Amino acid sequence: MIKTHVLNAIFRQSLSKSAYRRFATSTALNSENHYDIIVAGGGMVGSTLACTLSKNPKLSNRKILLLEASKDFNWKPTEKYSNRVVALNLNTRKLFERIGFWKHIESVRYSPVYKIQAWDALSESMITFDSSNDTEEVAYIVENSLILYAASIENKSLHNLNIINEARIKSCNLAIHEDDEIRVELENGTSYTCELLLGCDGVSSKVREAMGVQYVGWNYKQMGLVATLNLSEDTEENTIAWQRYIPTGTIALLPLNTKQSSLVWCNTKDNIQKLLKLPPEQFVDELNSALWKQYERNDIVNQATKFLNNILRTLDASSNIMQQLPPNICSIEQSSRAAFPLGFGHSANYIRKGAALVGDAAHRVHPLGGQGVNLGFGDICCLDEILGNAVYSGRKLNNLLDLRKYETARQRHNVPTMLALDGLQKLYTTDFTPVVLLRSLGLQITHALTPVKRAIIEQASH
Amino acid sequence: MLKTIEKFIIKSKYILPNSLRSLSTATTIDEREIKNFEKHSESWWDQGNEGNALHSMNFLRVPFIRDGLIDTCIVNEKYQDTAAPLTGLKILDVGCGGGYLSEPLARLGGKVVGIDASNNLITIAQEHANKDKSLNNLTYMVSSIEDFSSKNQEVFDAVVASEVIEHVNDQSRFLNECVKCLKPEGSIFLTTINKTLLSKLFAICVAETMGILPVGTHEYDKFVEPHILQRMLEDNNCCTRIIHGMFYNYITNNWSWVSDTSICYAVHAVKTSS
Repeated sequence: MIKTHVLNAIFRQSLSKSAYRRFATSTALNSENHYDIIVAGGGMVGSTLACTLSKNPKLSNRKILLLEASKDFNWKPTEKYSNRVVALNLNTRKLFERIGFWKHIESVRYSPVYKIQAWDALSESMITFDSSNDTEEVAYIVENSLILYAASIENKSLHNLNIINEARIKSCNLAIHEDDEIRVELENGTSYTCELLLGCDGVSSKVREAMGVQYVGWNYKQMGLVATLNLSEDTEENTIAWQRYIPTGTIALLPLNTKQSSLVWCNTKDNIQKLLKLPPEQFVDELNSALWKQYERNDIVNQATKFLNNILRTLDASSNIMQQLPPNICSIEQSSRAAFPLGFGHSANYIRKGAALVGDAAHRVHPLGGQGVNLGFGDICCLDEILGNAVYSGRKLNNLLDLRKYETARQRHNVPTMLALDGLQKLYTTDFTPVVLLRSLGLQITHALTPVKRAIIEQASH
Repeated sequence: MLKTIEKFIIKSKYILPNSLRSLSTATTIDEREIKNFEKHSESWWDQGNEGNALHSMNFLRVPFIRDGLIDTCIVNEKYQDTAAPLTGLKILDVGCGGGYLSEPLARLGGKVVGIDASNNLITIAQEHANKDKSLNNLTYMVSSIEDFSSKNQEVFDAVVASEVIEHVNDQSRFLNECVKCLKPEGSIFLTTINKTLLSKLFAICVAETMGILPVGTHEYDKFVEPHILQRMLEDNNCCTRIIHGMFYNYITNNWSWVSDTSICYAVHAVKTSS
């Protein structure tokens, strides 16, 4: 008993000595370089997070630093659409309205989506998602650069937010003991300390690396190709998002305005490389054929879907009557084609003592549901509320109990969504008849069951 | 020499019957309790801010105190929903121990004084508070409530005694001394343990065998029923506003409000102006 006490005392002494050393080095640092919160990464998620936290009245007396690797963002909206767009859900719009982004987006442009129609190339099955009444939007198509533009305007006016551009993170030292400061060192030698470090630095996150958390990930052997498309006929309204599942991947057309749509085409790496090199006219031909081509259908699948359709019709839950036809593409905007790799990734933990991951740093999904960035914005809403509450209850920002609440809440939402998306991706990249049969029947039934569809929309809008 | 006398005094308390003891003590401090708490003082902040049930109880009791004060319209409106809603309020934390509750209240902007009878615990509390430079509105003092109240009558907007009344000797006198420090219309916040079979089972038997609390933390005889506490408060010119039951989930280390007050409960009462 006495022995352990003595040992404890010695241990304690050595601890306090090392604590002193840490303290000494931290005071040697310029106190200007200490922040309450450091947000690592100023992409869409990072700059939105920094703005949301700075505007939280409960955090208004906290100093926040945003570190961004690229140069100052001085993109100005032009007539030409940018080829990278995202589909924002209703919750993200609410967030953007709250933090003042939406008025900037609204004053430039966005395209509302009233309906999403997805259909299988290997069968008759299809599904549509729309709001309970037709006048409500289900999503909004906004250019990535426009979101960053809105963020850059809003963030400049915030007195408690400091932004440093061209800040490449070299290393992060995370807290081990209760009162340790967290230190972020940049490649140019400057270092900053903080109470809470938030990693929004994307798929290959430095913060995640420093946290040493387990990360599960795989590549899809697919790439995504984006382009801005000109439609053949000037439709009166272009408010439907289209998605076709073809055996090699998915094609999505997202409305931009009455004449243009944005393309996200997921396909095998080889095919994407070929498509990138094709002359524009040939590319358009390939695209139209992928959208319209009648694939050879299996008789069993055909019979079964027709049979199910009949049953559903007699039950007055017709599943197929309103299939609308996607627009024809006439040309693509010059040099708007670009490609990016696709993958899945999930961090087993989002948090550690004094650090948390937000957005793609914590989770990466296939773009087929247009969910990736919305999951990130959902993280922001959750973290903002939890940190605001913590401060309003007199807790420190790095309280592990609060961070754990964030992790639990988000994993409970993100993991099922991610697995569903991964499942869909795997389900639709095969032409194996039994799978095609089952997925077609499943899609038809889901389409017919309004409550199930509502539940899916509900899950996708958080 | 002094120590042996001290020991003798403590021992003699064991011998005295309960009724006699309360008559014989001129103080609300129970020396045995102090010893008991000091035994575990080293491990007070060991697990940081998250360690134990008292830490996680902050998730309930800090908002309880904050919202209670907001409800009595004592909080300046411009500070509501900010990081420092308690700005300008003077708060006394009686039996503050290592400062688990004093620190968050000070972070909310309150001018907090934490008193405790144990020199040892106050040192620990002070050392921990020194690490956070933002806590400049927090003072600790070694004092009994009766010494303190004689010098600080009607000074505080709020008096907090969380998990304390079940450790003092003369509960009625303890409350009286606490209320003395309160300004008229000031609030007193108490959290404690009910005197029921359930509380005996959970707060003593289960909590001590499972290691949630050190053995010997609580004595059943000192537990107090809500209606008795309410009566004692009334005797001291305090009108009870709220009594809430509290429930501790050991597995998730979470506290939650429940309507049932048979184990733990919290009380908010306001001193009448007359």
